[in-house]
Amino acid sequence: MKAKKFVEKLMNAVFFFCGILAVGCVLLITVYMVASGLPAIREIGLGKFLFGQVWASTAKEPRFGILPFILTSVYGTAGATLLGVPVGLLTAVFLSKVAPKKLADRVRPAVDLLAGIPSVVYGLIGVSVLVPFIAKVFGLPKGTSLLAAMLVLSVMILPSIISVSETALRAVPPEYEEASLALGATPTETIFKVSIPAAKSGIAAGVVLGIGRAIGEAMAVMMVAGNVANMPALFDSVTFLTTAISKEMSYSSGLQRQALFSIALILFLFIMVINVVLNVALKGGKKGEK
Amino acid sequence: MKKIVSLGIVLSLAAALLAGCGGTDSSSGGAASGSAAAPTQAPASALSGSVGTNGSTSMEKVIGSLSEAFMSQNGDVKVTYDPTGSGTGIQAVVDGTTDIGLSSRALKDEEKANGLKETIVALDGIAIIVNKDNPVEDLTLEQIAGLATGAITNWSEVGGSDAEVVMEGREAGSGTRDGFESIVGVSDECKYANESTSTGAVIANVASNPNAIGYASLSAVDDTVKAITVEGVAASEETVLDGSYKIQRPFVFVTKEADALSAEAQAFFDFATGTAANDIITGAGAVPVAK
Repeated sequence: MKAKKFVEKLMNAVFFFCGILAVGCVLLITVYMVASGLPAIREIGLGKFLFGQVWASTAKEPRFGILPFILTSVYGTAGATLLGVPVGLLTAVFLSKVAPKKLADRVRPAVDLLAGIPSVVYGLIGVSVLVPFIAKVFGLPKGTSLLAAMLVLSVMILPSIISVSETALRAVPPEYEEASLALGATPTETIFKVSIPAAKSGIAAGVVLGIGRAIGEAMAVMMVAGNVANMPALFDSVTFLTTAISKEMSYSSGLQRQALFSIALILFLFIMVINVVLNVALKGGKKGEK
Repeated sequence: MKKIVSLGIVLSLAAALLAGCGGTDSSSGGAASGSAAAPTQAPASALSGSVGTNGSTSMEKVIGSLSEAFMSQNGDVKVTYDPTGSGTGIQAVVDGTTDIGLSSRALKDEEKANGLKETIVALDGIAIIVNKDNPVEDLTLEQIAGLATGAITNWSEVGGSDAEVVMEGREAGSGTRDGFESIVGVSDECKYANESTSTGAVIANVASNPNAIGYASLSAVDDTVKAITVEGVAASEETVLDGSYKIQRPFVFVTKEADALSAEAQAFFDFATGTAANDIITGAGAVPVAK
């Protein structure tokens, strides 16, 4: 009896420790990011850092303006979302409402596999297939561009949008749809006027999750975007917030290195905001279900 | 069945990934393999203490490999390296805050007059590479500068076909980029179309784009791209050594003329400038000068 109690207590301690570990990591990273990101911002000046249009970190008179990176990340993510959300949402509709069960059961594992493919593979296919294709179709001297990054990202965010949206669409009470059909609406009308609005908070959560993945992606983007610190243009070489950090980190020193941490801090804030939005979307969903 | 097919596709992709990585690795992993083959010198006596080096960021790879090999032979000696830049490194020797200053340019006369001594450890040769299909064979330094800064935007201006120039380069902070830009005289003025984070990636980009031009460490250039001649001279270890190939610069150890180095610093200095270090220097992508 005593031994049983001891084991219970021990396991409780283990569970508690594991729970604390994750929280501790988040806290540690937050503190570290703020502590290592602030000095350079203070030295450069917040306005110059956030709104400077020129990044020349190793020039004789270095300039650390990250506006090109911020805008590229925002445009790139927005573009990927615009391309990915319609496809993802309609795929989710197909899987949950339209497809025969047998077909859906085969498409779904493929979507899951898409989520499991490492980002470097997306980058590899992007650089060896997509980049030359873009160069050829648009008659450009080179294909590495914001467009290439958008296309790669739009495919990468599909799995999160599809699987979360599909779950949300399946959770729509069948009575809603039956009622709609009984009133004479066609199945398509029912999907767009009843099912999707009823599942909208879940779909929103999927979209936000996808945005989070897109804005945090570095490897695949680095391989197809060209990595020059230009202001964003669809067919130009561009640098995202993530790639700005990873491409210069290895040889950086002094203020340049500190500025890279500051970029990481800005990226971290972006992700934080996205997470808050995600939580709000999910909470909204729970209220809606009542 | 579907699952097995998709699994097969994933596996073949994984194989392609591995193959791709192997290709780029061979050029960037040179430093490690160079230093692994290093311990040829007899173990030195029981030296201890630390050797401070300070200066050129471009010399990071060479100094890293040299100090790694040196420390594996002399376990009690610690070689430190501060990547501050050539100017700072030279000043640190004057101030006496470091043992050996590292400079990726020759000393100026007034610096020598200040009581400093330069010893060339290695030469850094940078090859200019174009796609194999590019008819251009030779460029002058001015033409290269023009191509890099965007003053020349079409290959026909330098005797090539009528196509837009795509300038490939390295990221800010890279020693090769710093070397290329400072030798050609286009520091901070280059208009790159792509910036890659490794020499291998630059070579791969040039190999896949018929209109691309780029630069790469001499030791990394392979036959997937064409290294052009600069003012009539082909890039090779010999032409770098005899000085006829223009795009090169010295890696210099800076010491004080008057003061002797500490025993451990002298040991490192002798090791780095001796013939035993040649393989290490080659492995780090530079051309050794010791005979």
